[in-house]
Amino acid sequence: MIRQDFSRIDAKRKNTDHRKKQFATPQYAALSYDTRLNFYTTPPTADITLEQFEQWAIDRLRVLAELEACSFRNRSQAETASYMKPILDKYLPLGSSSSGSSKLGEERMKDHYSHFILRLAFASTEDLRRRFSRVESALFRLRFMDNDAKERQVFVEGLNLEWEVVGEEEKMRWSEELRAAAGGFVKRMEEESWFKVDWERVPELVEGRRVFLRAGKAYVPGREQMSMVVAEFTARLDKALEMTSRALPRLDEDDRLTPILAHLSNNFTTPDASYSSSTTALPGADISARNIDTLSSSFPLCMQNLHRSLRRDAHLKHYGRLQYTLFLKGIGLNLEECLVFWRSSFSKITDDTFNKEYRYNVRHAYGDVGGDSNRRGNGYSPFSCQKILTEHPPGPGESHGCPYRHFSTENLTALLQAVGVKDHEVLRGVKEDKEKMKYHLACNRVFEYAHKQELKKVKDDGTWGAAQLETIVHPNEYFKRSYLLMNLGKVKEAEVEDEVDVKMED
Amino acid sequence: MPHSVSPEDPASPDQGAIVEEARTDNVETQDSEGTAVADNMGPIGDSQTSEDPDMTMADAGAIEEKITVKVETATEVKLEDLFADMDSDEEFPSSTGQDIKISSSPEAPASPVHIGHTSNSSDPEVMRSFYQRLFPWRYLFQWLNHSPTPSTDFGHREFAFTLQNDAYLRYQSFPTHDLLRKDVLRLMPSRFEIGPVYSTNPRDRKTLRKSTAFKPIAKELCFDIDLTDYDDIRTCCDKANICNKCWQFITMAIKVIDVALRDDFGFKHIMWVYSGRRGAHAWVCDKKARQMDDHKRRALAGYLEVIKGGAQGGKRVNIKRPLHPHVARSLDILKSHFQTDILHDQDPWETDEKFDRLLQLLPDKSLNEALRKKWNSAPGRASTAKWTDIDALAKSGMSKSLDAKALLDAKQDIVLEYTYPRLDIEVSKHLNHLLKSPFVVHPGTGRVCVPINTNHCEDFDPLSVPTVTDLLREIDEWTTPEEEKDGKAIQDWEKTSLKPYVEYFRSFVLGIMKDEKEVKVKREREENGDVMEF
Repeated sequence: MIRQDFSRIDAKRKNTDHRKKQFATPQYAALSYDTRLNFYTTPPTADITLEQFEQWAIDRLRVLAELEACSFRNRSQAETASYMKPILDKYLPLGSSSSGSSKLGEERMKDHYSHFILRLAFASTEDLRRRFSRVESALFRLRFMDNDAKERQVFVEGLNLEWEVVGEEEKMRWSEELRAAAGGFVKRMEEESWFKVDWERVPELVEGRRVFLRAGKAYVPGREQMSMVVAEFTARLDKALEMTSRALPRLDEDDRLTPILAHLSNNFTTPDASYSSSTTALPGADISARNIDTLSSSFPLCMQNLHRSLRRDAHLKHYGRLQYTLFLKGIGLNLEECLVFWRSSFSKITDDTFNKEYRYNVRHAYGDVGGDSNRRGNGYSPFSCQKILTEHPPGPGESHGCPYRHFSTENLTALLQAVGVKDHEVLRGVKEDKEKMKYHLACNRVFEYAHKQELKKVKDDGTWGAAQLETIVHPNEYFKRSYLLMNLGKVKEAEVEDEVDVKMED
Repeated sequence: MPHSVSPEDPASPDQGAIVEEARTDNVETQDSEGTAVADNMGPIGDSQTSEDPDMTMADAGAIEEKITVKVETATEVKLEDLFADMDSDEEFPSSTGQDIKISSSPEAPASPVHIGHTSNSSDPEVMRSFYQRLFPWRYLFQWLNHSPTPSTDFGHREFAFTLQNDAYLRYQSFPTHDLLRKDVLRLMPSRFEIGPVYSTNPRDRKTLRKSTAFKPIAKELCFDIDLTDYDDIRTCCDKANICNKCWQFITMAIKVIDVALRDDFGFKHIMWVYSGRRGAHAWVCDKKARQMDDHKRRALAGYLEVIKGGAQGGKRVNIKRPLHPHVARSLDILKSHFQTDILHDQDPWETDEKFDRLLQLLPDKSLNEALRKKWNSAPGRASTAKWTDIDALAKSGMSKSLDAKALLDAKQDIVLEYTYPRLDIEVSKHLNHLLKSPFVVHPGTGRVCVPINTNHCEDFDPLSVPTVTDLLREIDEWTTPEEEKDGKAIQDWEKTSLKPYVEYFRSFVLGIMKDEKEVKVKREREENGDVMEF
């Protein structure tokens, strides 16, 4: 395992005899697992077998992957907890100290080791590090929540975080503000306690206006402790991952661990994390600028909305253009056609303006221009539902985003009716889904309604397997399935012909 | 005059590079012509070549001023001829023409500008004079550098130029303001923007071994408010147009955001700048603000964002009760503006389709029906009256199910929706966002992007902000007052209505430098203390 020194050794006390140091038996602090939770500051040092190494890592990975899927499906905190409980019990059980179970030490050891193994596997790239730190933080939060209060207290006190307690006098002086910022749960000021920290340490609470701020200090109510602990956990993990990544090249490992680690990180993919054009290519489809109007009946609601706005205003704002361009790229519209499409759609502007202000962005999205990495990567990938749902909510005058999420219920209903969804049953279902924040379900519900007969047919025929019928989590997948269903039979005939075409292009 | 000189027409609107080339060409032509003239005049002006220009000028006395300028250039070129070896350097073809332009103007040249009435702000000569004589380069430098001695705070800062042909030139950086000024005069950008400080010099970014070694590390926290975001609620103007009525939206925004940044987040050095047309920018320059990462910027932006969603989103203010202290305070500030600037001046619910929007935002169905009936029978009833109707009808007990609390909440939400600042939030969320520099000229309006004094932000009138042509005329019209004649040289900006703005900027910059200096001194002392302990 890699040693991580957080504090520098005093230069004068540094051991200068390298030979002595190299062959000395390593001296490690004996590890004991006093609390259920772990901040993972000390790396493990005992020996484990190669099988354990792999098995523990895979078990933890399974837990993390499930947890990430929960966040993709917009499960609420409580739903996630109940969904994860059996999975955690099976793969990564972690009993509380009070339970007095004999397996406590073993469980905690597994938790500790598996975390550090995965840290090695996921330190290599920025992207993996970010994902790893996000899901590990989510796991930590989950466990922190179902910890019993007493144990939580012991754990937090052991962390030595520098929190200043707000004194009685100050508390009374700002009592109105503190009460209001805390969201009205405070019944009696005397019984509540507040911490005072730099606001930068609790960005989540600041962002949601859940704390009172004054002169750069955030007054955090005792019950919000969790978010501070989690923030601290994430911060430390990020730093440690950065250190690990720098140490990785020096791992100087034989070929026992490296293949396992590489394998682990490769398998950490989720259904909609990546998008490849090969799986969504539609042979035989006429995907061209002039045909978009026709094709748009197979678009998911978010793209139909963009298309309608574009036709109405002859313009779209930046994120709308980006979301739509990438979607069109995903359905197979090539760059030339895409430029033709935008040029003709922006009918109110001159060629000159178009070339100056819009052309570059479209080309950039296709990877035709821009930095080396952009060109080599063929531009950006089409946005997944996850990305559309969580990033850049639309502002005034903008039409991007997910209508199921970003529209009010009335406007959503109006839009659905406008695109031909008139069934009251469906509309009510969509409304309920929206209220429960299950935007995927709403979208899939509309999809199923719009393709009721075709879906029944392919199910009866058995031509479509389970994989082709699972929940849609990508706009391009929506289009692909919709297109295939709308053109049942036609596509098959064209397939043979087109395979030849493709080869010729190659 | 030899006709071959005529291609150098200062009014030709060519782009930097081409003008430059042309100028170099001309310099050469003039060189040879100069000698030719001298040769021709050999018999007369045998003794001194320096007489030549005089002769020519006398000849050209009746010819246009344009040509006189050229002759002057020709004289100076002759001076340059003395350093023949420098001139022959092919690698820097621009240096000849350029040096003349710059050397002829240290900070305060005394010569008049001679800008005619027809000239406008996009005229390169106008812009040149502005950058040369009025732009506060020194204070801009001190502002970004945080100390008088050049450091990487300025040296690694990205500047981006928008050239006259709309090309966008990124990743420019300069060790000092002199070099920045020189490049601006060379390229004559229609405007330039300021980006973040990078970990290495932006110009060297491609020479680095690892691309990750080049990343933004600091930038002022910025806010951008644009009146086009108010288009669905402002009735007086739309798009790029503004008037004093809708400018009040910006005034409200400045008040609300400024107090939050100061009281809640503890920032001190906040400068608001008029964006030149229809909005304002804020630059929060405290060291702590500059060093925030994207995550913290996003958090801070989220804290300040109250109005969410597009026009399709239905109700756009959804805030929880009890009101967070920041929202409560904002509401207090905005209440009076709502009465005067919104209800009275904007009159947003005057017509039928417009008051529908108001009714959508109210919670009680039967109250809405009553209101609708009343307003339909009195078309054109003023918004102020309609607003009071709500309470009047509610009190009369129209609706049995009326929830007074819900109505009050809805009314508060409406006030916020119509007055709370609408920020272009992406600008604030990212460390590496570029924003137009203060004091550049807006290419469309010709107005200078001047700072707004927050102590008197209500008095700020965007329509009376000086334009670049105004300023240049003011220099021409300036006569030195008698009592100051023997005093020190007066800077050009002091002669114009730009003076109060530059002075405000100067005092703002001095405030930052003072704070940062104290920090440095303190740290040194601490370090010394350590040494003593040893």
